[in-house]
Amino acid sequence: MALTKAEIAEHLFLKLGLNKKDAKDIVEAFFEEIRQTLEDGEQVKLSGFGNFDLRTKNERPGRNPKTGEDIPISARRVVTFRPGQKLKNRVENAPPAQEE
Amino acid sequence: MTKSELIELLADKNPQIQLKDVELGIKELLEYMAHSLANNERIEIRGFGSFSLHYREPRVGRNPKTGESVQLEGKYVPHFKPGKELRERVNIF
Repeated sequence: MALTKAEIAEHLFLKLGLNKKDAKDIVEAFFEEIRQTLEDGEQVKLSGFGNFDLRTKNERPGRNPKTGEDIPISARRVVTFRPGQKLKNRVENAPPAQEE
Repeated sequence: MTKSELIELLADKNPQIQLKDVELGIKELLEYMAHSLANNERIEIRGFGSFSLHYREPRVGRNPKTGESVQLEGKYVPHFKPGKELRERVNIF
């Protein structure tokens, strides 16, 4: 099972003793604030975890893989995540993923 | 925006929650996410995106200073795939 907002909030309740509403609100507000900051065109840097950066891409040639038809891929702004060194070090020797 | 700026902003916007609870909460949230990834557990935040690990095969690398070959072991690296809402809100075009 993948980790979800509900489970993160439950963890904050169990580990820190935050009341359930505050825990849920903090988790919700955290992800919304990152979305809003990125939408406003600003990078988000979470030390020890990683950075959410914005990249602007020009229009480029593409193709519909089903029909083979040439269709240009329009210009767009996208989010990229660059994990920090600390996170990279923590995950590099992770156990293989569990089958679900 | 940095983590400490984010914490301040969240505290300002949620005056009903004590600053120290916001601060501890955000730090623990990030710690829990890192911990889950270190156990190769996927994280799925609807409308935001998902975090998972991708495997990199073992390969022969080089020490850029000496040019010497080094055998590098296989490893996992973090991967983030933005969710639909995040993609749409960020794309200004």
